[in-house]
Amino acid sequence: MKLATKVYPRAIFLLILIILPIAIYKAGNYYAIHVAGLLGIYCILCVGLNVTIGYTGLLDLGFMAFYAIGAYTAALLSIKGVPFWVILPITLFLGGFIRYLIGAPVLRLRGDYLAIVTLAFGEIVRLVANNFDQLTNGPKGLPRVGERIAEIRLFSMVFRDDIQFYYLILFFLFCAIIVSYRLERSRIGRALVAIREDELAAQLSGINVARIKSVAFVISGMFGALAGTIYVHWIGFVSPEMFTFWESVFLVSMIVIGGMGNIAGVILGVFLLVGVPEILRPALGTKFVDYRMIIFGAVMIAVIIFRPQGILPSKRRSLELHPLNTGQ
Amino acid sequence: MFIQQLINGLTLGSIYALMALGYTMVYGILLMINFAHSEIFMFGAYLGFWALSLFGVLHQLLPAYFVIVFVVAMLGAGLLAVTVEKIAYKPLRRAPRLAPLISAIGVSIFLQNLIMLLVSAQSQPYPERFAIKQLQFLGLRISSLQVFIFCLAIFLMVILSLFISKTKLGKAMRATAQNHIVSQLMGINVNNVISLTFLIGGGLGGVAGVLNGMYYGSIKYNMGFLPGIKAFTAAVLGGIGNIKGAMVGGFTLGVLEALSAGYISSENKDVIAFVLLILVLLFKPTGIFGEEVVEKI
Repeated sequence: MKLATKVYPRAIFLLILIILPIAIYKAGNYYAIHVAGLLGIYCILCVGLNVTIGYTGLLDLGFMAFYAIGAYTAALLSIKGVPFWVILPITLFLGGFIRYLIGAPVLRLRGDYLAIVTLAFGEIVRLVANNFDQLTNGPKGLPRVGERIAEIRLFSMVFRDDIQFYYLILFFLFCAIIVSYRLERSRIGRALVAIREDELAAQLSGINVARIKSVAFVISGMFGALAGTIYVHWIGFVSPEMFTFWESVFLVSMIVIGGMGNIAGVILGVFLLVGVPEILRPALGTKFVDYRMIIFGAVMIAVIIFRPQGILPSKRRSLELHPLNTGQ
Repeated sequence: MFIQQLINGLTLGSIYALMALGYTMVYGILLMINFAHSEIFMFGAYLGFWALSLFGVLHQLLPAYFVIVFVVAMLGAGLLAVTVEKIAYKPLRRAPRLAPLISAIGVSIFLQNLIMLLVSAQSQPYPERFAIKQLQFLGLRISSLQVFIFCLAIFLMVILSLFISKTKLGKAMRATAQNHIVSQLMGINVNNVISLTFLIGGGLGGVAGVLNGMYYGSIKYNMGFLPGIKAFTAAVLGGIGNIKGAMVGGFTLGVLEALSAGYISSENKDVIAFVLLILVLLFKPTGIFGEEVVEKI
């Protein structure tokens, strides 16, 4: 009974995600499919970033750097003719490895310092992409004129349409969610939560804090690289201005507003911040798009003050004791 | 070349140092990174812009209008900082440490987009209200604006140091930075001291904004981000929470940036500032003057 109430809604939701786009596609609304694909990319990014912010409680303000590393590596390799399925493990490894190199010294720092270091790293990656012309073609982005990014091939199928990419993204999002979900419920996941709640107590309980933090940090970096690799194959273009600091902050606000540490909450956050403005765009006009950032800013402040757990709070978090918060 | 870059660096450093003071004072008292400080800086620059445009008409009538411009920017930016603290940080004083940081980012997004929507998304030329003279000697070029920026920054820093070390309110600030509860027991109104800290820090940030606008000649709604990060780097470099450290850190960073722009590569000078930030945080997070702080449990 309990299983049924848990599994059925999810299965139905998944079925809708699989079937509905075909109907929309047949109805000729290609733009909606494109937006749905974009939502999927943001979901992969946020599910990944959630491992750092939500589970471990480490604020990362430069997550787009790993999206950029994934996208640029994929673009450079693809131009040379390397197929997607070979590129993918390479970018995943590279994203994770660079994240490890950054994380090893940085994770010793206190939370707010870590946020600043990740911010600085994010900006360094963007500036290098912008200034290192020989490799990245500077602000003009990749691929250069005359080059192109190879298509993704799976058996005899070639991925060209948005609808094909939608299913590809959905598949990888599904994998990402399963990895993240299993991680949260694993021994490592419990250790992460323990670290988030009280680092000292976690250490005294025998958790190797530095190592566990580093594991979470690396896994979430791989998600970023994954999203970047898919994105660049889909859109066929990458340039430094996609990875500004504000894009990283945008991801953080989706997680904070949706519900830190809860996958469903994070996905809701993506839907609210990326999906809803797109749905409202025809009704409210493009003027609305200008106003949305100012609304996000205000909502972010309101959420962190009045509902710090987000709209859909993590179940595990609501079970915890918060002496400081209940005492007010 | 070296001395020329040194002069440019000191000018830049004056702006960074004034701004770094805001970061360091707030950090000293609340142990939080006031991420919205870069927007206070931007707002100060816009206030100065409006005051200069408005008073420009009157400037035959009011010889002291230049002083008024700075006072307006200082007060306005300071009051904005106090308001931000009351709305976005005060309710979170007992929350986990990351909460005010996230709230500050929200404030930053809000203020930037507010200015973008209300004023303009384009950069605007800063009104030039007094003729900038180029002084030349020994092959060096110094503009009167550079001298002015440096002198004003030093003047404000001296006033601030005197205020903090000699007055009763300054003593209250130092006490609050050490321990909120004990200060409260000694009869200090901690909330007022925190507001005062934001007022002073924001005011200095506002002045830095006006100076930045004058020096570069244009302003934009997102102008605060880079100087904000650099001023924060300066504060960390000097030892965050330490007033003298912020001043020294600001000038050091300004000079380092100018020298690296001159000798290494001007397009990578921002990369150098960021790398410096990471290196300082990794190897000497307490900075030049910072004390070893024992993490409270």
